[in-house]
Amino acid sequence: MSAAVDFKNVDIVFGAARKEALALVDRGATRQEILEKTGAVLGCAGANLTVNEGEISVLMGLSGSGKSTLLRAVNLLNVPARGNVMVKDGDRMIDVAACDAATLRHIRQTRVAMVFQQFGLLPWRTVAENVGFGLELSGVPEAERKARVERQLKLVGLDQWASKYAHELSGGMQQRVGLARAFATEAPILLMDEPFSALDPLIRTKLQDELLQLQAELKKTIIFVSHDLEEALKIGSHITIMEGGRIVQTGAPEDIVLRPANDYVRDFIANVNPLSVLTAWNVMRDRRDLDHGEDGWVWLDRRKTTRFKIDEHGLVAAAERDGKPAFWVSCADVEAQPEETTQVFWANPGTSLKTVMLAMHRSQTAPVALFDDRSRFVGAIGVRDVLSAVLRR
Amino acid sequence: MDPVSQLISSFKIPIGRWGKTFFDFLTTNFEWFFDSIADGLTVVLDGLVDLLLLVPPVLLVAAIAGLAWYLQKSWKLALAVALGLLFIVNQDLWQETVETLVLVVGAAAASMAIGVPIGIWAAHNERGYRYLQPILDLMQTMPTFVYLIPVLILFGLGIAPGLIVTVIFAAPAPIRLTHLGITSVPKPMIEAGEAFGATKRQLLWKVELPAALPTIMAGLTQCIMLCLSMVVIAALIGANGLGKPVVRALNSVNIPLGLEAGLAIVVLAIILDRISRIGTGAAK
Repeated sequence: MSAAVDFKNVDIVFGAARKEALALVDRGATRQEILEKTGAVLGCAGANLTVNEGEISVLMGLSGSGKSTLLRAVNLLNVPARGNVMVKDGDRMIDVAACDAATLRHIRQTRVAMVFQQFGLLPWRTVAENVGFGLELSGVPEAERKARVERQLKLVGLDQWASKYAHELSGGMQQRVGLARAFATEAPILLMDEPFSALDPLIRTKLQDELLQLQAELKKTIIFVSHDLEEALKIGSHITIMEGGRIVQTGAPEDIVLRPANDYVRDFIANVNPLSVLTAWNVMRDRRDLDHGEDGWVWLDRRKTTRFKIDEHGLVAAAERDGKPAFWVSCADVEAQPEETTQVFWANPGTSLKTVMLAMHRSQTAPVALFDDRSRFVGAIGVRDVLSAVLRR
Repeated sequence: MDPVSQLISSFKIPIGRWGKTFFDFLTTNFEWFFDSIADGLTVVLDGLVDLLLLVPPVLLVAAIAGLAWYLQKSWKLALAVALGLLFIVNQDLWQETVETLVLVVGAAAASMAIGVPIGIWAAHNERGYRYLQPILDLMQTMPTFVYLIPVLILFGLGIAPGLIVTVIFAAPAPIRLTHLGITSVPKPMIEAGEAFGATKRQLLWKVELPAALPTIMAGLTQCIMLCLSMVVIAALIGANGLGKPVVRALNSVNIPLGLEAGLAIVVLAIILDRISRIGTGAAK
């Protein structure tokens, strides 16, 4: 995997007294202190972040945390006071903070496209003309432009609306036009600045799903700004949390939920339903931490109700529950299974915690085993593991 | 008088004299320049008037009504325009009306041609606009009669100086409204243009001007109205048109003539106002 966008020590300051503000940044002053002493507003400070190709990297934070500011440095809508913003252009990495106007235009026309919170559509243009806007700016001939616009409109399901004006469309449809406009340039990097925040919750969920579907096909590199953690957890492959212009934590969604770096992040995730993020892998106890008996038997739970006999290949050879022989079945079929005490469910690392809990419920709180993709036993989840994950204790 | 006031007024700053020296300098050294402008303008404007007067009034009325329909897509307006103009023909003021129309349309066109580019420049140059503002204020608040005198000296009598004073008075409107229109283009639209790699020129033509168009058009309407309000004053320095009968009526205390010409100006004002409201009523 190679980097598509790489922020290196990016500082962004708004206002006249840049030098003084940067000196204060170096001393670790907070945004409030910098504002009081110099009158300059700290946009973001010391931002280091690598966004790899094909991932959806979400910048999260409360309003004013600098997330949009950092995003807008990628296409230089905000100019960094210091640092480099490297953007991939073919085989090269270009520092947009230092390149000339022609290179910047090239990056903006062909490498980086943007979707805005308030859509940023031009009301005197039809939907089709809006979608073709970027192509028009880069001088794509009309015939080719028309074909590409039509393709994009089909992709977002708006081909019937091509000759309407933006204000004749609902908010959700307008943002689809915004998406199509960004896709039309075929830029591999997509900047999305709270694209769904202005929409009502149902439409928002729908567009998130559509984005994920399109992404599975198009494999863009997406940097997505959001203040909604549920949204971030849903679509992000990486999440970066910002506070007061500084990055506090970067990681995979479950990292953020399970191992918050500080109280700010903890507050942030306080209201998140862990069931929507966590997987079996996140809560299991590794087989090495389990109680091992004689003859290859392993206890799956602390109460010692259930045990597996593991052969030399790591596969399960026999199972026993409450001293009686039991059989093991996949969690995937949990709905179809009768409630019996002689079965033990197993799950894959990627199985959601919700499914694991359902399996426990079905088997009267028996532990759930974890197999890897070659059916080898890797760990187990007991009731207590689930409870402590849900309660974050 | 108290001593302080006495001291202040003991030496009068000779602004008036400086001004006169300046205009004397212009007349002696650049007379050929101003004369050629005046002559050129007179030929064009008078030629246009003569040309329009060759057309039978009824045909011209029909053409203007047709234009009203074309621009505003309203039969009612076209009919009202035709009736208003026929009333003027009926009052035997047709020639004066054509002269006024040429002066107003010419002055408005010149004002827009000067004002819109200056407005665009000012919108991208806030510092420049700060210096420009007092000049615009001066152009609009300085009593017209004051600059009537030097214009008269530089350009002589006739339609040309009439056009020039009208432009001086009316051009600030399109400048201000173009500036307003372009500076109030919503930021997300500008950023959308920038984010997709627009050059400065593309940004102007594809984002700023279309977004500012309604405001610029409001500037056009305002500009035409300001031009029309100068008709009587232009008549004082020899420009033909509906101002002439008004001035004549004033000098001879002729109530009927004054009323007729005054009403003709009102009718013309309403017609021009309604026709020139492009992009406000009809746009969808």
